[in-house]
Amino acid sequence: MSEAITPLNGARFEGLATIEDAGLTGMITLRGDLSSKEVKAAVQNAVGLDIPAQRQALSGQGTAVLWMSPDELLLMCPYAEVAQIIAALEGALKGQHFLVANVSDARTFLHVSGPGARETVAKLCPVDLSEAAFTPGMFRRTRMAQVPAAFWLDEAGTFHLICFRSVADYAFNLLKTSALPGGGVGVYG
Amino acid sequence: MSTRLAKTGRLVDHSRAIEFTFNGKRLKGHPGDTLASALLANDQMLVGRSFKYHRPRGIVASGAEEPNALVGLGEGTRFEPNQRVTTTELFDGLTCISQNHWPSLDFDIGAVNTHLSRFLPAGFYYKMFIHPRPFWKHVYEPFIRQSAGLGKASNPGDPDRYEHFYYFCDVLVVGGGVAGLQAALAAAEAGSKVMLIEQTAHWGGRSPVDGGEVDGQPVAEWVDATIAKLQGMPNVTLRNRCMGAGVYDQGYALGYERVADHTPGSDAPRHRLWRIRAGQIVTATGAIERPLSFAGNDVPGVMLASAIRDYAVDFGVSIGDRTVVVTNNDDAYRTAITLKQLGLEIPVILDARQSGGGALADEARALGIRVENGKGIAKVKGGKRVTGVAICAQAGEGAVLEEIACDAVAMSGGWSPVVHLWSHCGGKLIWDEASAHFRPDPDQPPKGAKGEGFVIPAGAANGAGDLASVVSDAHAAGQAAAKAMGHKPKGKAPKASTSEEAPMQPVWLMPQGAGIKLRMKSWLDYQNDVKVSDVQLAAREGYESVEHAKRYTTLGMATDQGKLSNINGLAILSDALNQPIPQTGTTTFRPPYTPISLSSIAGEAKGEIFQPIRKTPMHGWHEANGADFEPVGQWRRPYCFPKGEEGRHEAVNREIKQTRASLALLDASTLGKIIVKGPDAGRFMDVLYTNMMSTLKPGRCRYGLMCNENGFLMDDGVVARLDEETFLVHTTTGGAESIHGHMEDWLQCEWWDWKVYTANVTEQYAQVGVAGPNSRKVIEKLTEDDISADALTFMGWTEITVAGIPARVFRISFAGELSFELSVPASHGRALWDALLEAGEEYGVMPYGTEAMHVMRAEKGFIMIGDETDGTVIPQDLNMDWAISKKKDDYLGKRAQEREHMADPNRWKLVGLETLEGEVLPDGAYATAPGTNANGQRNTQGRVTSTYHSPTLGRGIAMGLVHHGPDRMGEVLEFPKVDGGIVKAKIVDQVFYDKDGEKQNV
Repeated sequence: MSEAITPLNGARFEGLATIEDAGLTGMITLRGDLSSKEVKAAVQNAVGLDIPAQRQALSGQGTAVLWMSPDELLLMCPYAEVAQIIAALEGALKGQHFLVANVSDARTFLHVSGPGARETVAKLCPVDLSEAAFTPGMFRRTRMAQVPAAFWLDEAGTFHLICFRSVADYAFNLLKTSALPGGGVGVYG
Repeated sequence: MSTRLAKTGRLVDHSRAIEFTFNGKRLKGHPGDTLASALLANDQMLVGRSFKYHRPRGIVASGAEEPNALVGLGEGTRFEPNQRVTTTELFDGLTCISQNHWPSLDFDIGAVNTHLSRFLPAGFYYKMFIHPRPFWKHVYEPFIRQSAGLGKASNPGDPDRYEHFYYFCDVLVVGGGVAGLQAALAAAEAGSKVMLIEQTAHWGGRSPVDGGEVDGQPVAEWVDATIAKLQGMPNVTLRNRCMGAGVYDQGYALGYERVADHTPGSDAPRHRLWRIRAGQIVTATGAIERPLSFAGNDVPGVMLASAIRDYAVDFGVSIGDRTVVVTNNDDAYRTAITLKQLGLEIPVILDARQSGGGALADEARALGIRVENGKGIAKVKGGKRVTGVAICAQAGEGAVLEEIACDAVAMSGGWSPVVHLWSHCGGKLIWDEASAHFRPDPDQPPKGAKGEGFVIPAGAANGAGDLASVVSDAHAAGQAAAKAMGHKPKGKAPKASTSEEAPMQPVWLMPQGAGIKLRMKSWLDYQNDVKVSDVQLAAREGYESVEHAKRYTTLGMATDQGKLSNINGLAILSDALNQPIPQTGTTTFRPPYTPISLSSIAGEAKGEIFQPIRKTPMHGWHEANGADFEPVGQWRRPYCFPKGEEGRHEAVNREIKQTRASLALLDASTLGKIIVKGPDAGRFMDVLYTNMMSTLKPGRCRYGLMCNENGFLMDDGVVARLDEETFLVHTTTGGAESIHGHMEDWLQCEWWDWKVYTANVTEQYAQVGVAGPNSRKVIEKLTEDDISADALTFMGWTEITVAGIPARVFRISFAGELSFELSVPASHGRALWDALLEAGEEYGVMPYGTEAMHVMRAEKGFIMIGDETDGTVIPQDLNMDWAISKKKDDYLGKRAQEREHMADPNRWKLVGLETLEGEVLPDGAYATAPGTNANGQRNTQGRVTSTYHSPTLGRGIAMGLVHHGPDRMGEVLEFPKVDGGIVKAKIVDQVFYDKDGEKQNV
């Protein structure tokens, strides 16, 4: 089989923050009753993580579970393991009402890191990104300039940011422009 | 003449000189100067011409309220018109030009208008140019357009960058004067997260100029100490050069930060628009001094008293050696005292009040200044600058008592609180009789979602007078804001100086009985040339509402939005209408406070990130292979792929011929793909589509139509059943997001108890249309799976491996040939595309674009959403009754389609149109019918919905909606062309090519 290629193909920019293509990542949409023990068990079994609370992300080693809506999660996992995890989820949820879809190729996944990361993102997303308000483990589905975006923050202060694949160039260039030297706002970091 | 003083100028660095140019003239200023102070230091009193009469005008103010001194700033791609010199910080190499004159500032032909001003009163243009009617468009408008407008438009190619910043705080304090500082401190000490913004580069507002003590220190020292204190607080953000531009619903505010206006060419963004969500907003926006209305109050050298004081103290610039002060209040005495102490002459202070001033007046007299009570200015002498004033009694009609030579006039008509931000979102005002100004009505603030006020005025912006009342009012405002945010205020306001001043006396016209000749030279709105006589005329002509009078006279409609003129103007209007000022009211205050750059509003959206451009996984190949793109929503899709010198038309014809003859590829990745899954999925699909979808078998595809609840066709596409519970819906490219939203809308709001989940997986898959007689052969070269005619029948789908990539293959056809659509994970899309091109080489494979796709579907008589439909078309209009299930109880649109108008047999219906001469019908052309309608327009009986040249048939083909069309086969219709002439076309069947579908069924 041909080699899978991300839309940004490893792009990277260093400025006030470092913007980089996070590479091929498995992403699975799971819709179902998030309060049910079956879904909880299926997710635990699939990626070893719990169901996150509203607007939260839980992450493990190369895995994460993101709260997308009251009945939707996004599971992050290694790209090569998607088929196997989907099979496990479908097996575990057999007989339940649920939807599982592989969306690994539908997205572009970026890391925004470094001291200027909060300000870089706060120029584009209407979210309170102060250290007091937006803490590691929090997750937001929001707008990044003119496109939908979602991100969570990890303990190291890196934003894990997801956009649609078709606008990968736009998203990267937005972040790059926001992180250009000289553009520091001086309120965070 | 105006000049630099040696000893004062607290904001400028006398030790360094920087160069700038005005109208090409090289001038010198100091770091810390504004462009205004630097121009005045170079005796450049005349800085522009007024809008209507081209009167010579000089600088009037020292801040954001300046109406006159607008220049074109910068050069080339950085040129910007209408920049206020009073708010422009001087930098080395600044260039600017004056505006609204020809051929030069000193000698301006348009100034002839001032001699014609008797004939150009308010409403002149409305009255003069209304007849004869056709003259407006062809004669008057082009002429007026020539002379209208102040600055020249900027040039394309702005090299600077701009950005937004989203910020959240408990309390936003607008204004960094004493009031803003104290309010911010009070709120911050209570524990609120505070942002304090100030439009200028300096903190403290005008208090360092006016003096006084706070907390036992000279106010300037208190300002520095308080700033230091605020800077040390982790819960406070301070920003200068950041104007509070607007206050909007629920505590949303805009801050306009001029990050790098004063350091052009630096790597910082030029402007940053702060989009602030605040719990409470404190407006400590200060007050603006009002001019007095006397004849010649616009002659360069006549300035606001406070501005003359500012230039002297802040920038070390004197406006003249001999300054006459004219006032109706005590504050202007400060200007006289300041100038006198600097060794400048004050020939006289004219105090319009019969009773005169208080302690400050005594101080002035003690300095030996002549003070005349009950006197005013009858007339200012001079043209391009002040040479003297004629004095009269304020109570009289302007008989000249004495003429006094002077080169500057400092005027003060009292102070108006800056209530703009309070008012933007609905805060109401009350008229304060004692101070003759409008101030915020504490009982009627702008209200938030819970019905509680979210804006609190503070200090002079709230009508507070002396320093002590400003400080205590601001302290209370800051504490109230913190309290509203659930914090606990503590501490008392520091003590500050009080001043005993004699009451001001409103003076709206000087002298009060001024005759028409004087009133015609008494300016209210400097920039738009509105005089006292104009407002009075408007009142006489019946423009009684202040909003009407404003528009009739253009009072307050210039770029300064009447910061100096509004109160004076409405006082004159009230007087003319013989009613109290509060009854006249004010015009509406709208954001922004002063103009902000359009670029700051656009923010980062310019150049390559002007807007998102959606790209398919094969986009890079298309670009590298000369695709001629067209926008389809935010996608860019190849319209065609011209080769060499080939034009669009030839390329499209070639692509169609290749598809019909052999093999071609279409990048169909943009098609919407939505998964619909659940026990109730079939039921849901049946209401979503007009046809029956629940009976579709796994492994099969069905074409379907989707209508909205009004019955109109909104989307179409092929549905594939993946398994018993799961459908894959293909939508149009433009419909992917909206149809997904439509589905969720119904599922969440109406059928929340149905067990159906949806997921938009449009971008998960790259999709390639493989079309042409050799399409099966090329795929067979790349797969070991069976896709023979028997294994994969028409309208079937299956999973195969192509070029090593897992794929779904759909045997469907939009082109009318044998064709397949291959769907693979997007990350492998480019690999599949490359593999198909390589494998197809022996068949002469080539890509085809959207236009070839459109032509081929039209040859087959297939409809296109957006061509055959326009939001008013129902499936029945398109003779698609076959796609409307008779067995179903309901579907979205069914009830609507039964309504009388929808079921009317007279609705226009779809037919094919074949031109008699083989030419192409104009797109959107109407078929005419005999007679005219009620509006005298030609009757019509049909219109063209799709029209192309068909290379397959070698002639023009078209589809159209025609009255009783299907019953009129063979009839000839006439379609007039825009350029005259008529195209005749015969009504025919809409399927032009392969009527029996033999081509696709092999």
